[in-house]
Amino acid sequence: MYAFTYQRPTSLADAATAIQADEAKLLGGGQTLLPTLKQRLARPTDLIDLGAIPDLKGIREADGGLEIGAFTRHAEVAHSDLVKRVIPALASLAEGIGDRQVRNMGTMGGSIANADPSADYPSAVVALKATVTTDRRTIAGDDFFTGMFETALEPGEIVKAVRFSRPDKAAYAKFRNPASRYAIVGVFVARFGAEVRVAVTGAAGSVFRATAFETALAADFRAEALNGLSVKADGLNADIHASADYRAHLVTVMAKRAVEAAG
Amino acid sequence: MSCTVSMTVNGKTVSREVEERTLLVTFLREHLGLTGTHVGCDTSQCGACVVHVDGRSVKSCTALAVQADGADVTTIEGLAAADGTLHPMQAAFREHHGLQCGFCTPGMVMSAVDLVRENPNPTEAEIREGLEGNICRCTGYHNIVKAVKAGADAMAGAQATPVAAE
Repeated sequence: MYAFTYQRPTSLADAATAIQADEAKLLGGGQTLLPTLKQRLARPTDLIDLGAIPDLKGIREADGGLEIGAFTRHAEVAHSDLVKRVIPALASLAEGIGDRQVRNMGTMGGSIANADPSADYPSAVVALKATVTTDRRTIAGDDFFTGMFETALEPGEIVKAVRFSRPDKAAYAKFRNPASRYAIVGVFVARFGAEVRVAVTGAAGSVFRATAFETALAADFRAEALNGLSVKADGLNADIHASADYRAHLVTVMAKRAVEAAG
Repeated sequence: MSCTVSMTVNGKTVSREVEERTLLVTFLREHLGLTGTHVGCDTSQCGACVVHVDGRSVKSCTALAVQADGADVTTIEGLAAADGTLHPMQAAFREHHGLQCGFCTPGMVMSAVDLVRENPNPTEAEIREGLEGNICRCTGYHNIVKAVKAGADAMAGAQATPVAAE
């Protein structure tokens, strides 16, 4: 790891100032950033640790849904009685991220800001009609993820919280890489009255909605409604773990499992 | 660039001047001489370096020492009683031979203790899921799982004893 200057601001305003430094990087739980630094794949001049900022922590009910602070660790989401009561699918998703030790460190804000194409949370952000609050503005979940490891965040913009809508029914089904536990394909299905959202992670460069699935499920919210439907393999990820065709196949399988789990 | 890092490690307050990029595992092993915590893969996967930070199990190769500034850290050296009596989980690993070469054992034990604290009576499946972050290249895990189950029972027994004596 190259040398850097470490800062641990105690307010969002101080963090916003600190991140303006040349080549500064924000540090959440560090479960992606620290391995990256250890391999010398990045060379930030400053690391701004967000762990001491009270404004970034906590889980609250908001507008009938949930507002979760950016520096909330995966394990906190997984074990929160409030999350289990209001959006149990979100708690269950969090419980499936990485392993125990990663969940004890990794944060929601860090995960979505990193926008790994195989990360779990992006599917929840999109399927649960979330809004992302930053130190500057509010960004719709649909507009937040713009590409592989790319988001709508501007340089130095800090995620404060994510606000999730409460669905009538929801579930997340994931076909995971058994070694890394990342999603080879993960599908989050959420039903809000007559509207159904199906968000797919792991399959492409960035999370996307399977709109044909949504239409079918809005008419008939059963796994059978997806019979014969599939996403196109063109443009999907292909690697040593799964070809694009296989990922396309898995999207339908995981979507069906999610619908069944949602009940 | 260096800074002063202070924390409680196995009940003792320690303070050292370290480079800011110092990993927690490096701090424990090289600055404090606590070599029970192992570095296995160094890529956040194997879990040989698991320690407890404020009661939560974390991979100390994937945390900076400065992130643990002010925290209460427990390593494998801090589990046994002062008179050397093994922690029930350590005793269970010995009794059930939950190891072969022993390299992964400190991390396994620390993860297991954290797992049982959250789930005092885990099923075999829950134990296997709970040890996802720990890799053993010798045992095939079978005796490790047995040891964790026995350790969980022993930990429950150890807690129940004073109540039963009342």
